Amino acid sequence: MVQYITTRLDASFAALSDATRRGVLERLGRSDASITELADKFHMTLTGMKKHVGVLEQAGLVATEKVGRVRTCRLGLRRLEEEAAWIEGHRQLWDARFDALDKVVEELKRKEKVDE
Amino acid sequence: MNNRTTVERTSDRELVATRTLDGPARLVFEAWTKPELIMRWWAPKSFGISFLSCETDVRTGGSYRFVFGHAASEQPMAFFGRYIEVTPPSRIVWTNEEDEDGAVTTVTFEEKDGKTRVVVHDLYPSKEALDGAIASESTGAWPEQFEALDDLLTTLGASV
Repeated sequence: MVQYITTRLDASFAALSDATRRGVLERLGRSDASITELADKFHMTLTGMKKHVGVLEQAGLVATEKVGRVRTCRLGLRRLEEEAAWIEGHRQLWDARFDALDKVVEELKRKEKVDE
Repeated sequence: MNNRTTVERTSDRELVATRTLDGPARLVFEAWTKPELIMRWWAPKSFGISFLSCETDVRTGGSYRFVFGHAASEQPMAFFGRYIEVTPPSRIVWTNEEDEDGAVTTVTFEEKDGKTRVVVHDLYPSKEALDGAIASESTGAWPEQFEALDDLLTTLGASV
């Protein structure tokens, strides 16, 4: 787990090491934007901006969604929150299962004692 | 005894659930493999799921099939796959084939002083597969589905 978090942090810091990418995050903090809008604002080619957005996306800092021919970018922190919520839901499922399994094992133990 | 249930994403492709149960490994193994016992714990009532049928052929190469009903859905849900490895009473490995991006699940039972630590390890084929599983089931997916429903209703309304 620690290893996994470290890898994620490395990706985040690498993504944040670039001034343009920090600018993109700041811009997306105000509102969602298309790649074209971001490229215009930062005086870059579409290809160059796509690369920056790709790095931010890999680090989970930005999420993109393609609607028609336009790819819209937004801050990606929500994805991490969604993941945390999903993992908690998964934990509750296993918790309920293990509680019920505990009772079944308890009953099997009692049966064994009686049979002895 | 620490009987807390933990769930962690331990890597891009892995999810691990753990719990310590108060009983020997051979009984936990039994409860994990006999259909009449599985049906009593695998589908928690609090989640609105109930078993319609449960078949297991617990041996290496054998298959299983669980079918559930859900209060919110008329369609039953089937979960099935094969046992890749069965080592009583300490280890079971199976595939989850209802989804082409399904995980391979390894469960291990480690007994100590009459208690058994259970570790359920899901290994997905790729980061995208686990991300996809999370996205498709998370509550975050709902607004998109509602949007799609809204669009559909608008289209239907316009054509009346």
